[in-house]
Amino acid sequence: MFFKSEEEIFKKKPEKRLEIKKEEIKPIEDVIEPVEINLELQRRFEESKYNPTLDKDLFTNPKKAKTRDGFGEALVKLGEINEDIVALSADLAHSVRAMWFAEKFPERFFQVGIAEANMTGIAAGLARMGKIPFMSTFGVFATGRNWDQVRMSIAYPNMNVKICASHTGIFSVGADGASHQSIEDISLMRVLPNMTVIVPCDKIETRKATFAAAKIKGPVYLRFGREDMPVITTEETPFNVGKAEIFRDGEDVSIIACGPMVYEALLASKKLEDEGIDGRVINNHTVKPIDTETIIKAARETGAIVTAEEHQVIGGIGSAVGEVLGQNYPVPIKMVGVQDRFGESGDPKDLQKAYGLTNEDIIKAVYAVIKMK
Amino acid sequence: MQKITNISELKEIARKIRVDVIKMTNAAGSGHPGGALSSADIFSVLYFNIMNHKPDDPKWEDRDIFILSKGHSCPALYSALARSGYFPVEELMTLRKLGSRLQGHPDMLALPGLEASTGSLGQGLSIAIGAALAIKLDKKTSRVYCLMGDGEMDEGQIWEAAMSAAHYRLDNLCGIVDRNRLQIDGFTKDVMNTDPLEKKWESFGWHVITVDGHDVPALIKAFEEAKEVKGKPTVIIADTIKGKGVSFMENVAIWHGQAPSDEETKKALNDLGEESSHG
Repeated sequence: MFFKSEEEIFKKKPEKRLEIKKEEIKPIEDVIEPVEINLELQRRFEESKYNPTLDKDLFTNPKKAKTRDGFGEALVKLGEINEDIVALSADLAHSVRAMWFAEKFPERFFQVGIAEANMTGIAAGLARMGKIPFMSTFGVFATGRNWDQVRMSIAYPNMNVKICASHTGIFSVGADGASHQSIEDISLMRVLPNMTVIVPCDKIETRKATFAAAKIKGPVYLRFGREDMPVITTEETPFNVGKAEIFRDGEDVSIIACGPMVYEALLASKKLEDEGIDGRVINNHTVKPIDTETIIKAARETGAIVTAEEHQVIGGIGSAVGEVLGQNYPVPIKMVGVQDRFGESGDPKDLQKAYGLTNEDIIKAVYAVIKMK
Repeated sequence: MQKITNISELKEIARKIRVDVIKMTNAAGSGHPGGALSSADIFSVLYFNIMNHKPDDPKWEDRDIFILSKGHSCPALYSALARSGYFPVEELMTLRKLGSRLQGHPDMLALPGLEASTGSLGQGLSIAIGAALAIKLDKKTSRVYCLMGDGEMDEGQIWEAAMSAAHYRLDNLCGIVDRNRLQIDGFTKDVMNTDPLEKKWESFGWHVITVDGHDVPALIKAFEEAKEVKGKPTVIIADTIKGKGVSFMENVAIWHGQAPSDEETKKALNDLGEESSHG
């Protein structure tokens, strides 16, 4: 009854069937067709400091796509692979892209209405019986409206529920204003024991993160957005939960970012390159459990850290990185993010500037932190 | 497990549960005897007559699921689990002690037989709905029971859940409201009036049965009736007395969350027909 459609998925590799165990979901590497690495491309990148698996048109003409689409696509695929995958929505299935799953697997989709607390409990009950529920709604309602329910019914009993939030951050929500701008959610989820927190940087990584979330036995908070965002990574870019990836190597400073701020960090590093500053860019997609090794190594080798997030600096990845540094290898740190205030309505681009979330803000922070070295 | 159909035996189990509740909360020095005593007969009927479960195989996949939404009444649940055979009865006296599997409120990861971690009120019915939906998806015939308090009806999530259970036509779900009409701050009618409770549940699309929650045959009849209802969930509103069986605790709000002293314990055990300190 498990892996009902496995022949379809793995028809080119029937021998893989033998490896499937009831307790396991196939690793994402086997689900996503690996793309052949373009060696010429790789050589070209080797001359620079950028990770060869990133998109080649990263700075000139980046493709754009919605991270929520990556979630929606992956959820459908997961539904094909494993019959225990179920999805829940609180009247936002279209917006979050859970509707794609609902259309294909109506019997495994539960519309709960505008009742996030109830959705959270129902997801916990489904998980108790062996299902793998993906509950989804906007970030503010997925983490704040129902925080006690997440804490009590999911995190405390270590329920295998995936809390999937779109419309997170401030500029990727934009005109809806402060009520809908989810800029405390990382903090709210990170504080809960048993919870894994993943903030992918683009559509492809969101797809990989959704598969990875299904593999984790326990609660996961998966954070993505609404707007079209540059696609930075390719299918070849490594993605492992708990392992931060160096997207650009550098010696003078490390910029540790997550979500849409990874692209801004890369833009900042490119501009800094022209000004003679060699900045390392780290995609810290897993906020919890955080990759202490890569962070400490960055501190040791570059001596200064800038964090960048589309979230309050209090409690977000700035805090998470600061906790690692303070306890292990203290170096100067500057945090780019929302500075302890609520958002407002506006055009995404204007908000990004108004709230200090651009690559220019990262560059300012880099200069400031280098002075502190 | 073997179902007990003899009414006197079930009554005797309920009495033993009450004795356990008194001894456990006394030994712990804290806890919630009032609502545990009011629900003792419900626990006896569910765990020894109504539910299909295997204490030696707590994760048996065809078991009926019981969720204690009013988590503070767990001393009665722990007693029912121990006396069904999930763990040694002696372990009951470790309630609320450091390192004990018997947490102050249920921790499902700690103790076999617990289906949910509860204690923050209003959440159990939603979890029960999730379990009932999963059972339907798997085309199984097992049932889900969820015990709530009448004070708990104050929580908005209960009504979100009530609406959705009817929407999903969950006839494998049976809610029970332990209506003892008291909550910590006093009578429910004064703190937050829940009346007319039957009409509220009916209007939310549930089949409603009102029963004397201390009348064992009536409880059995109500649970059997619930099994026959199709296309909608059933709620059994059980009229009970908080602190039932202990003269000085009956209908006194303070015993919601206070443990009896040694002296009070002696008196309580005497009221419960327990002469010696060994039960």
